Amino acid sequence: MLADALLLQLGYNATLVTLGAALLGIAAGVAGTFLFLRKRALVSDAISHATLPGVGIAFILMVAMGGDGRSLFGLLIGASVSAAIGLLCVHWLTKRTRLGEDAAIGAVLSVFFGFGIVILTVIQTMNAGRQAGLEGFLLGSTAGMLRSDALLLAVAAAAVLVLVLVLRRPLELAAFDPGYAEAAGWSLNRIDLSMMGIVLVVTVVGLKIVGLILIVALLIVPAVTARFWTDRSDQVVVIAGIVGGVSGYVGAATSALAPALPTGPIIVLVGFALFLVSLLLSPGRGVLASVLTHWRYQRRVHMRQGLLALAQGQPIYEALTRRLMHRAGLILPDGVATADGQAAAAKALLDETRWSIVRADQSFASAATRYDGLTAIEEYLTPDQVREIDRRIAAPQAAV
Amino acid sequence: MNIALVTDQAFEVDRAARTASPLSVRGLTVSYGQTPAIFSVDMTVRAGAMTAIVGPNGAGKSTLLKAALGVVTPLAGSVSVFGQPLAKMRDRIAYVPQRASVDWDFPTRVIDVVMMGLYRQLGLLGRIRAKHRAQAMNCLERVGMTDFATRQIGQLSGGQQQRVFLARALAQDADIYVLDEPFAGVDAATEKAIIAVLKELRDTGRTVLAVHHDLTTVPDYFDDVVLLNTQVVAAGPVVDTFTETNLQAAYGGRLATARVDPESAAG
Repeated sequence: MLADALLLQLGYNATLVTLGAALLGIAAGVAGTFLFLRKRALVSDAISHATLPGVGIAFILMVAMGGDGRSLFGLLIGASVSAAIGLLCVHWLTKRTRLGEDAAIGAVLSVFFGFGIVILTVIQTMNAGRQAGLEGFLLGSTAGMLRSDALLLAVAAAAVLVLVLVLRRPLELAAFDPGYAEAAGWSLNRIDLSMMGIVLVVTVVGLKIVGLILIVALLIVPAVTARFWTDRSDQVVVIAGIVGGVSGYVGAATSALAPALPTGPIIVLVGFALFLVSLLLSPGRGVLASVLTHWRYQRRVHMRQGLLALAQGQPIYEALTRRLMHRAGLILPDGVATADGQAAAAKALLDETRWSIVRADQSFASAATRYDGLTAIEEYLTPDQVREIDRRIAAPQAAV
Repeated sequence: MNIALVTDQAFEVDRAARTASPLSVRGLTVSYGQTPAIFSVDMTVRAGAMTAIVGPNGAGKSTLLKAALGVVTPLAGSVSVFGQPLAKMRDRIAYVPQRASVDWDFPTRVIDVVMMGLYRQLGLLGRIRAKHRAQAMNCLERVGMTDFATRQIGQLSGGQQQRVFLARALAQDADIYVLDEPFAGVDAATEKAIIAVLKELRDTGRTVLAVHHDLTTVPDYFDDVVLLNTQVVAAGPVVDTFTETNLQAAYGGRLATARVDPESAAG
């Protein structure tokens, strides 16, 4: 059954929704990356909530002019206009008042959303409003999705990708080092507004599928997930696009399995599952990897300390150190060094002595910065340099 | 009539000096809220010289740089670069911001950061070609960081981060290098490497302007000095300007502290 869904065998509407959601996911993942890198992820939440009054007002206007209030295109125009107003409010509050961006976002988000709910309630009481179905914009509703809706998504996704491709350098610069970007002659204001414009497009076209409350997840989760897998911003963008696309595709297909499953929330949950896997398993930044790295590092420190203690004839007090060294065959259970242990201890002490010479000598300054108390000096110095240091150890006066 | 003539002459002299100067500001005032961070600052940077901006905490040193580069908008005053308005001449200036001003966990590698110095030249869509990569590597070599080209920037020490920022500025191949606290919190080897690069820039005709916090090294490192404490206290060649009296005027009671612990004068 799930295989059918993933292979788009569940009928025309399900196919449209699945393809549309995948496109939306790609566009949102790519656009959201720069929001995330610029540390302005929550601005998108303000944008999305600010769409609601526009949707309601557009409906009322269209009905008042004698048209069909449910024309998606008209509703989205309304959504864009009010989202843009909300965005400019956040921008203005942050720049011109002493309010922080977080407070500005909170204020704009709640006021616009509240206003939107009031308008929607009023519409419910209008004659024409009975079957308006505008509350579908809150959490998305894909039941009546048309071919033209899917096309709109495709066009918007393509536009977003092109814009990001063209603006990638200023977007990256503004996210990493805004002061430098400004000094180098890029207008930070214009870069930020373009970025918000791109996000606005994604948000507005995503209303139908994911809804305004959850669209922020589709913008942010893919970027956060992608960050676990790479240390390069260009790759973060690409991976975030893939994660977003997969979330949209798999989520929408899954939700088509049963009529009671809501599309938007399932998409978000699929994205979250990908995030969770990355959080736990990513090789560089994942939780598991850091636990392992920390554990291995701790063992190395214990071993080194134990060896130095042996070399200096001091007793080893820590139980973990003793256990580790015993397991490595370096000491007997009573703490006495084996032959191996004595050799390793002597080597560790020699290494430490060599390091102390290197760290005291200006001419080795660059090697000295590598000192971590663990790594053997041979890894950073040539055999000739090591011999030179050993000569100084043998004749301490020569070192002065 | 006489007065007018004298003023005209002074005006002409002043204009000539400004035209020759790589970076000159007049009456620059920046205010965060109601208290000015810098007030009516006049500064004319001498071409081909290394100039230090020195002053106590909160004297507005960084603000002066940012206003001169258009990063913060001044309340009043003007900036000219080789006698032209700043907006037309941005490409002639390379800026090295404070190291602490960026997030070093940003997903980018050393070589990518240096490449950012070429973005103006590359434009929006220009392809990054082998010659650009070679250029970036060359800049890394000048600061002794070639071994780190593909490292994630989060793995660098403070001194290495500062070298990378300098390499990015070098990639711009500018006429004026403006640095904000380039020696703050870096190791001795890095300080040496950076000052060598800066002197080399000066010796090839570039102009260097840096906010500096270590009073003891000013005479060794710099040709000119601007003593700043919200306003300019004194400015000119180090030999004439960097005097006990002027320092006392700039730092007031804080002079002793600034001498003992240079770090405390940072910011």
